[in-house]
Formats: sequence, C-alpha cells, structure tokens
Amino acid sequence: MSFLTVAFAALFYAATVLLVVGLARRIYIYWKTPAPLKIPTTPAPVTTGGVVLRMFREVVFFESLFKGSKWTWLFGWVFHMALFAVLFRHLRYFQEPVWGIVEWTGPLIKYLAFAMLIGLLGLLARRYFVDRVRYISAPSDYLMLLLLLGIGISGALTTFVTHTDVVAVKSFFRHLMTFNFQTMPNLPGDPLMVAHLGMVALLMIIFPISKLLHAPGVFFSPTRNQVDNPREKRHIVDWARKLEQ
Amino acid sequence: MAKAEFEIPELKEYPEIPPIQPGAMAHSKPYVAKVDFQEALGFPGELIDDWHDKAIEAMGDLLGKYRSLQVFLDSCVKCGSCTDKCHYYLGTSDPKNMPVARQDLLRKVYRRHFTFAGKYFPKLVGATDLTEEVLEDWYNYFHQCSQCRRCSVFCPYGIDTAEISMAAREIMDRIGLGQKYCNEIIGKVFRIGNNLGLPGPALEDTLEGLEEDVMDETGVEVKYPLDKKGADILLVTPSADFFAEPHVDGLIGYGKVFHEAGVNWTLSSKASEAANFGMFIGSYENMRKISLRIREAALELGVKRIVFGECGHAWRVAYSFLNTLAGPWDFLDQNYPIPQHVCEFTYDLIKKDEGKPEEEKVLKFDKSENDDMVVTFHDSCNVARASRMGDFPGGQFVIPREIIKTVCNNFADMDPDTVYEKTFCCGGGGGLLTDELMELRVKGAKPRMEALKNVIEEDGVTHMAMICAICKAQFTKILPYYGRGMDMIVSLHQLVSNAIVLTGQQTEDDEEETEAEAE
Repeated sequence: MSFLTVAFAALFYAATVLLVVGLARRIYIYWKTPAPLKIPTTPAPVTTGGVVLRMFREVVFFESLFKGSKWTWLFGWVFHMALFAVLFRHLRYFQEPVWGIVEWTGPLIKYLAFAMLIGLLGLLARRYFVDRVRYISAPSDYLMLLLLLGIGISGALTTFVTHTDVVAVKSFFRHLMTFNFQTMPNLPGDPLMVAHLGMVALLMIIFPISKLLHAPGVFFSPTRNQVDNPREKRHIVDWARKLEQ
Repeated sequence: MAKAEFEIPELKEYPEIPPIQPGAMAHSKPYVAKVDFQEALGFPGELIDDWHDKAIEAMGDLLGKYRSLQVFLDSCVKCGSCTDKCHYYLGTSDPKNMPVARQDLLRKVYRRHFTFAGKYFPKLVGATDLTEEVLEDWYNYFHQCSQCRRCSVFCPYGIDTAEISMAAREIMDRIGLGQKYCNEIIGKVFRIGNNLGLPGPALEDTLEGLEEDVMDETGVEVKYPLDKKGADILLVTPSADFFAEPHVDGLIGYGKVFHEAGVNWTLSSKASEAANFGMFIGSYENMRKISLRIREAALELGVKRIVFGECGHAWRVAYSFLNTLAGPWDFLDQNYPIPQHVCEFTYDLIKKDEGKPEEEKVLKFDKSENDDMVVTFHDSCNVARASRMGDFPGGQFVIPREIIKTVCNNFADMDPDTVYEKTFCCGGGGGLLTDELMELRVKGAKPRMEALKNVIEEDGVTHMAMICAICKAQFTKILPYYGRGMDMIVSLHQLVSNAIVLTGQQTEDDEEETEAEAE
C-alpha cells in the first residue's frame, strides 16, 4: 500500500471518529441542558404535531430566513438543497449494490453541483459586499465558504473535466468501511481527488467545533421546538423545582 | 418639539437600512446600581475584584441551566438575516446594535473560554478575552436591547437576542455591575409592593378618586375595590395604571367592564404591580420572588380567578411563566384561563353578546363616542412575540383589534411589516425606560414613528391604542421629539370606557329628555 493510501485511511478513520463522537457529545449537551421557561417565538403551535410541522418548514424550507432576507434565503436554500442532492448521489461510491434510485437520479443530480457552487458564491459575495454582514464576519466565516467551494469545485472537476479512477476510489472506501485491509487497493494519486478528499476530511473534523453546529442546534432551539401551552400544562425543570423546597 | 442634545432621526416614506456607523452609540449607558439596590437583590454591591473569573464562572453556570443560551451561542452562522431587524440599529446605525453583533459581544468570550476553536485559534473564529473594554461594551450594549424578540422571528435557528442580553445582565449583576433603573425598581416591589413605590393608603385614595370621577361622569356607582376578601377576581395591573396618563383611563375601563359583567373583583395592595423586572435582568430567582407575591395575594384574598391589566412584559411573565414560577394554581377556578388577560375578559363578553338583542347585551356600546378618533393599534412586543391571548395562535393580534372595532367606527392598521409578529418595539422596553437613555429611546422609536407617520398621512389616523404600560409611557414621552402630541396615545380600555354605556347611565339623549320634561 502506498503512503498516500495509508495516510488517507488513517485520516478518514480519525475524521469519522471525531465527527461522530464530537457531534454525539454536543447533542448530548443540548439534550441534557434544561430549558427552564417556555419561550417559543409566538404565534407558535399549540400542539406537538404543530411543532413538528413548524420544525419541518424551518428545516426544509428555511421559513424564518425567507421572512428575513430573500437573497440570503435564495443562495442559502439552493446551496443546502443542492448539497444534499449531491451527497445523495455520492451514495454510489459507498454502496454495493447501488440502490436503483441512486443509479437513476445520478446523471441528473450531478449537474446540481453548479447550483451548489452558485449558492456558495452568492453567500460569499453577500458576506463581502453587504457592510453589515462584513462587519459580523470572522476569518472562519470566509474560510468555511472557501472550504465548501473548494470541495465543490474539486468534485465538479473530477466529474466533468478530468476523470479519476472512481472504481479504485470506491474500492478504497468499501475496504475502509469493512475494515478489510488485505486486498485494499491504492488510492489514485490524482491531485484533484486527493484535494477533494482532504478537504472533505477537514470539514468532517471541524463540523462539531464550528458554526456547522447549527445543523443539530436548530432542532434544540426552544423558540422553535416548544409547544405554546404554558397555561394548560405546568412546565418546570429540576433546578427550578429545587428552589421550591 | 422637545429639546434634544442629539439628532432626531428623519422619518422616511419607505424604511431605509442605514449604512453602519461604528461607535455611534458607544457613549450610551444607563446609571450603575448603587450598593443598596444591588445587595437588596442578593448581588454584590459593586464591581468585585475578581470580576473576570467570577463572570466566566457565572457564564458557565448559566450555560448549564439554559438550553437557549447554550444552543444560541453555538448555532449562529452569521447569515445576517437579523442585521436590519432591530429598531435600535435602524435608529442609531451603530453596528453593535445589530442583533448578531450584540450577541457576539458575549459569544466571543464564550468561544474563548468554552470552545476548542476559541481556546486554540481565537483570531480565526473571532474569540476574545473578557477585558475591561469588552465588559464596558457588555454594559453599554446589553442595555441597548429591549428584549423585544423581533430578531428571533427572522433567525433561521430562532436565536433570540433577548435570551443573550438577559444572560449578560445576570452575569453583570453577579459581579456587582447592575443597572440602577431595574434593580432599584425591583427593590421597591419587594419593600412596598409596586414599581412606583405607592403604599396601600395612597392606592386607596387614588381608587376612591376614580370612583368619584366615574360617578361624576356617568352617574353610576362603579367600585374600584382594594384588598377585598372573598372577591372572585384578583386584578393585577401595572402600577402606572393608578395615576399615569393614559394608563389610568384604561384602569377606569377595566372597572366599568367588571361592573357591567357583574363580577366581584378586587385589586391587591400586596400584588399592586403586574410588572416583573426580574425578567429584564434575566434573574430567575428575582422573577420568581416577584411572581410569588401574586400567589400570596390570591391565597390571602381567597379569589377564584386572576386577571391581568394592560402590560406587555407583565403579560409575558403572566402567560408564559406564571404557572412555572408560582404554580400550580389548583386553588383557582379551572374553568377560566389562569391567568386571564383583561382583553380576553372583555372579548369573551363581546363574543357572548353577539347576536343578542341590544337590551340583553352585557356590554352595551355607543361607538359614536369614539367618532372623534381614527385609531391604529400598536402591537406590543411581549404580547405579540412572547405570549398569546385566546385559544388559537395569533389571538393576541385578533382580540385587541376586535375589541377596538367593537367600540370604534374608525380603525386602520399600520404597514404589515410593522405590526403583528413583525411589530416594532416602542423603543423603551426591556428595562430601558429611564431618562439617561433618552437618546436611545428616541432613536429606537424611529421605525414605529415612521409607520405611524405614514398611517396618519394615508388614513388620517389620530390616535394609537396599545396595551402596554411601558409603550404608553415611552410614546407619551418621545412623541414630542417627533413633533406630535402625547395625547395621541390611548389605552385600549380607554376606548372601551369611552363607548361603554353603563346600566342606569345618563346618556345625552336622556339628559335632553329630562330637560324637556322639566320645561
């Protein structure tokens, strides 16, 4: 096995562990931290079913962002949805056999890479050109967009311009997933592919220690996930109950 | 126009988002609480020596107690959706009054001390130490947030800057850096029973005066009882209702509605204050202690129901928190909402009267009594975005408007982007209703003043009705800066009071008849 293959095998194992453990730890913290008061942003749903719907609209359609800023919504929504579609297409590199739906939709979805890049470029332009947004941006806010752009561009290039030996790449990941090191093939040394995979691993590593925590965070946001029923049902958490004794 | 040492914002036909002017409001800060006020609330009297370590410790403590704080500090992606939503930003152009930038004052210290990236790569993620300058920014800018929650409506993760500013104020209180206005008032509530420090006998005098006024005006004996044991309903109302204009006209209105409904009600000298400034300073303990007065008063008087008067943040604490803070309310009549808003009370009667012949109605109105006005309605932030009325989402918008339309012939709403859930703060909420913050208050009122100006010009609006003691006090004070009269502001139940025809009341027609008979 080449050095590159060993290094990337180690990198992806480490990145996966950091991503899974880091996220699990964060979600556990959100889960166990109490919300002592009822603070849904009203008007809010008065039933649990209503809250599920509100959360669905928030996560799938970015309802609040739509109310707040049409341009950010447009670029942000296009980027996210295209990203999810492209990720879905990537299942083909990990599955054996590949699901029919992944197979059939693949040829269409691959063009969504451009939608993803347009979304990211729009967000980057807004961050730089709107004085208010530039004021609140730290270096990491720009770097995050650049990293995603890097992943998108390198990925699109390997799909549309220079074709890598994807069969070998897939085989590499299949072997990683099954912990089968005996017959593991070498990872192709194509610089674009190496860059693509390296940046993906970096994204996985920083996910649980960056603003990407908005992904689990939105589900735990009390202003969005609470039912508006404080008069009907007494809401009290343990630390507050202790004050009553 | 009132004199001012600062520039009054120019009102535009279409709202404009101003370019940022860093430092524009860096000088704005409220007076610091004195030793006595601080200690009365269980906080250190003045800034302690090891304030830095204690502040970080307090932040850690709050992060473990409030999911909102933990999730909100982690989740922001700096998308900018909130940046043009705060009335203080729109009125002052100071970028630290953009909700996200205000949050970042706390977030950058959170990152430095509680996150991997902030500990090892502070420059990269914009993390900083808690320096004296940062603490000064905290004090100045967390007292330029009225906790109105408008930003939370537009945030894709529901981040509510009010939660952040409450936490920041609690941290500052714990290191001995409290705000005079809020903390002095909370002390008064504990010592005397209300924000204004009105003792029982003064309340009694005032209420007797109101009874005489109503008698003179209508010839009907309407009672405004205080500490009446065995009453069915305890009315808890902001203490401004006892004497401030136009608040008191609202209180007169509640009394008339109760009188016509034939209910046995009372005020309480112990719970002679609906306001709960414990919320503004983010102190669960103080908020709870203030709420428990209402429980004690209800138990002592033996009431079966609790009704709240017109007050925005008080209604948030009452509607959203009272059951948590001072419940369970198993000793009250479960057939009514606990607690109930006075608007819900009035609206219920109006609803039940619908379709009945005029003489059988509980509440009879002569709408023409309000014909000298064209009314608009200002949704108060805490009612609009932090509570509800009635049994359906959005009742807090529908019910007050339905009442107004029942008692007034002329009503016009303001620009849809400035009412309902998108309503703008009056500029004086969240513990900022103090004179040393006048510049902030005047500038923060700009978006509302703009919408009001447009509705005056387009629909001939003459009066703006509202259901919040702070809004009423703020607008009557700042309207003159914008060249308008303070008498534009009316209490919602003042409109009810104007139009209601009390049983046995001498109307103008009756008077003419009596005069005719005499002749």
